[in-house]
Amino acid sequence: MSAGSPSTAAGFEQELTRPWRERAWRQTRGAAPIFAILLSLLVWIAIRNPNFTDPPVFLAFLKRAAPLMILAAGQLFVIISGEFDLSVGALITAVVVAAAGLTEGDPGRTWWVIALLFGLGAVVGLLNGLITTRLRVPSFITTLGMLLVLQGAVLFWSGGAPRGSLPENFRIFGRFGFESVPVIEQLPYSVIILAFVGIVAILLLHRTTFGKQLFAAGGNRRAATLSGVDVPLVRTIGFVLSATSAVIAGILVGGFAGISQDAGAGYEFQAISAVVLGGAALGGGSGAMVAAMAGALSLEALFTLLNLLGLPKPSRDAVQGLIIIGAVAFAAYRLRRT
Amino acid sequence: MISAPPILQMRGITKRFFSVPVLENVDLDATAGEVHAVVGENGAGKSTLMKILAGAHQPDAGSILLDGEEVRFSHPREAQARGVSIIYQEFNLLPERTVAQNIFLGREPMRGPVVDAGAMEEATAMLLTDLGVEHSISPRAPIRELSVAQQQTVEIAKALSFEASILVMDEPTAALSPHEVEALFARVRLLQSRGLAVIYISHRLKEVFDLAGRITVLKDGRTVGTVASDAVRPGELVRMMVGRELDHLFPPRAAPAEIGAVRLRVQGGAGDRLHGIDLDVRAGEIVGIAGLAGAGRTEVARAIFGVEPFTAGVVALDGKPVRIRSPRQAIRAGIGFLTEDRKREGLVLPQSVRDNALLAFRSIGRRQSGGEAASSRRSVVDLARLVELRAASLEQEVRYLSGGNQQKVVLAKWLATRARILIFDEPTRGIDVGAKAGIHELMRELARSGVAVVMISSELPEVIGMSDRILVMRDGTFAGELAAGASEAEIMLLATGEMETVSAA
Repeated sequence: MSAGSPSTAAGFEQELTRPWRERAWRQTRGAAPIFAILLSLLVWIAIRNPNFTDPPVFLAFLKRAAPLMILAAGQLFVIISGEFDLSVGALITAVVVAAAGLTEGDPGRTWWVIALLFGLGAVVGLLNGLITTRLRVPSFITTLGMLLVLQGAVLFWSGGAPRGSLPENFRIFGRFGFESVPVIEQLPYSVIILAFVGIVAILLLHRTTFGKQLFAAGGNRRAATLSGVDVPLVRTIGFVLSATSAVIAGILVGGFAGISQDAGAGYEFQAISAVVLGGAALGGGSGAMVAAMAGALSLEALFTLLNLLGLPKPSRDAVQGLIIIGAVAFAAYRLRRT
Repeated sequence: MISAPPILQMRGITKRFFSVPVLENVDLDATAGEVHAVVGENGAGKSTLMKILAGAHQPDAGSILLDGEEVRFSHPREAQARGVSIIYQEFNLLPERTVAQNIFLGREPMRGPVVDAGAMEEATAMLLTDLGVEHSISPRAPIRELSVAQQQTVEIAKALSFEASILVMDEPTAALSPHEVEALFARVRLLQSRGLAVIYISHRLKEVFDLAGRITVLKDGRTVGTVASDAVRPGELVRMMVGRELDHLFPPRAAPAEIGAVRLRVQGGAGDRLHGIDLDVRAGEIVGIAGLAGAGRTEVARAIFGVEPFTAGVVALDGKPVRIRSPRQAIRAGIGFLTEDRKREGLVLPQSVRDNALLAFRSIGRRQSGGEAASSRRSVVDLARLVELRAASLEQEVRYLSGGNQQKVVLAKWLATRARILIFDEPTRGIDVGAKAGIHELMRELARSGVAVVMISSELPEVIGMSDRILVMRDGTFAGELAAGASEAEIMLLATGEMETVSAA
C-alpha cells in the first residue's frame, strides 16, 4: 500500500538532495493523462493541417487559447479551495462592454479604464467570496447569481446594443505583438501575458504559504481551521484571483474578438471543464496549475480539431458537456480504486 | 421471577472490523417483562452488539434466537419486522416533519393513491396515549419543536408502532435532565409491565441498579458475566468492568523537580455543556483527563483551543489572562491540539507529510513566539526525525501512512509551531500496541522538555500509566482529582458518580 518500503532518517537525507524537478513532477503526476491527451490532439491537428507546426500558425493558436488558459488558471484557485466560480463568463462580457462604453474609442482613456476594470474584477471577486464564506451561500448559487446580475447590468447599461468602441491601444493586447521576430515572425502580446500569468499563478499556488493553505482549506476544511488556516479569507482570495483572471481574459477577448453582448458567454463552463480535464478534483483539495492550463489548451485544440473535421459549431457545446462528465467520472473511478 | 423462557438469546457473537476483533464470543439473553442492562467501558463493544441485534451489522460468528428460533437479519427492517426495535443515542427523526409522519415514515396508511393523514394521526394519537403523553405531544407537531426528551418519547412510540417485543435503548439518559430521567424511567417500567424485554445500555451505574433486574458486563469485547442486580454491589460491578492487565510499560513519570510553573490556568470555565471548569497545568507535567463518553472532556479541549470558546471564566497562560476566540489565536498563544479524529480534524489526507507538518506554522506566519522559525526544509526533516516518523518520503501523502505515523505527523505539526501547551485527545486511539508505546515516549519527552501536556483518554491503563495527575470529569465538570497511580476502580467510581466528589482540584 505505502509506496516503496518505509524508511527512516536515511530517506529524508535523500529527500534533501532530490532535484527539484523530481518534486515538481510528483506534484503534477496525478494530472499526467492531460499531457498525453494534449499531445495526441496536437498531433491529430498537425496531420489534418500540416501548416499547424509552422511557428507563426502555432503561435496564432496559442494566442487564441490565451484567454481560456488564463481563465482556467484563475478558476483553479477557486476549485482547489472547494468552490466554483460561474461568474467569470459574464464578467468577461462586462469587461468588454464596459471598456468600449467608457473609452468610446479614445486612446487617452485606455489606462485608467483598465485600472477601473481591475477594480471591478476585485469587487466582483470580493463579493463572490464574502457572500459565499460569510453568508454561507453555496458558491454555485452565489456565482450563478453574480452571472445574472452582471448579465442584467450589461444589458441595462448598453440598452441591448453595446455602445462605443475600443481604442487601438486597448486592442493591441489581444491582437498584436512584437513584429519581425526571427522564425516566429510575430510574438503576440497575449502570449507574453499568458506566460507571465502562468508563472505568477504557478508560484502563487505551488510555492507560497497561501497556496498551501488553499489546498488545505479545500482538502479538509475542519482540519485546516483547527490548524489555524483562516479558511474564509483564503477562499475569498481565491475568488478575487479568479475574477482578476477574468478581467485579463476579457481585455484579450475584447482585443481580438471585438465588442459583443455575448463576448464571454460559455467561458465559465469552459474554464471549469479545463480545470477538471487537468485533473483537479471538484470539491477541492487537489490540482496542479500546469495541468489546468494544459487542460485549457487541450480544450482549445479540440475545438480547432472539430472545426477542421467540419463539425458545426454547436457540436462544441455537446462535446464539452460530454468531456466534463467523462472527466469527473474518470476522476471518481480513479479515487474508488485507490 | 425470571422463569419464562428467554425471548432473545444471542450466543457466541463474534465481530471483527478490518480483522480487529470488536466482539468475541459474547452471550446475552433477555426474557419478556425484563429490563436487562448492558454495561462496560467506552469501547467494550456494547453498541456493536446492539447493532448486530438490530440488523445494522452482521456477526462473523454466533447466532441470534428469537423465541427459540434462529434468525438472521441482513437489514434493520428485517429486525423491526420481527419485533426488535432500537433507539440510538442519535435519534433517527426528520426535524421538519411531524410526529405522525416520522412514526409512519415509509409505511404510511394509504387511502387509494394518497396518504391517509387522518388515520395516521389517529394511530399516532393512540400510541402517544399509550405512553401517557397525549397532552404534551401532538401528532401534528414538527419534531424540531419538541424537546430532546419528547423526541425520545416519539422514538419510543415509533418502536412500539412496530409492535416491538424487544426494545433496545442505547444511553437513553445521556442528554436528559434529572426530572426527564424520572419520566423516562416511569415509561420504561410501563413497557416492562406490558411484557416487553428492554435492553438498557448505560454506563451510569445508578440508573442500572434502579431499573435493571439483570446486568451483563462487557469488557474488551467479551462477556465478563451476567449478574442479578440485587446480588451485586456497585464496587464489584466496577471491578468487573475494568479489571485487566496493563498491556505495555509506560515511561517513568515526571520527577517533582521537572515540574515547573503553572502554564495554563482555567478558572470558572463554562459553556454549553460545561460548568465550573477549574484547571491548572504546569510546565513539565502530563495531566490526564478521564471520564465517560459525553462527560465533556473533548469540550474542555475545544474550549481551551478556541473552537467553541468558554462563555464564562478566565483563561491565563503563564499567569497572563488571555482571550482565545479561535484556533488561530490559540495557536499564536502557543497551544496545540491533537484531535481525537485524526482523519477528519487533524490531517489533510491528500496532502504530503511536509505540507501537513507545516500547515499550522504556515497559517499563523512568522509572528509566532519562540524566535527562530521552523520553516526551512531542513527543519521538516528534523521534525520527522524527532517524532521518529516512518514514511517513504516527505512528499508521501499522509493517507497512505499507518495510524501511528499519522499521529506523528500531527504531532510534528505542533512541534513546528513550537507549541508549549499540547492537548492530546485520545492520543493512541486506533493505533497498534507497538506504535502506542512510541507515542507515549514522545509525550513524556515533550513534557520533560518543558511542554505542559493535557491528555484526554478513555483508556484507563493509559490514563493511569501516563498521568502525573488525573482529573475525572462527569456531567460537564470535574468530579475530582486523583494522584498519579490511582486505581481503575477509583477513576470509574468518580466517573460514574458512585462516589461523591473527593478533593477539589
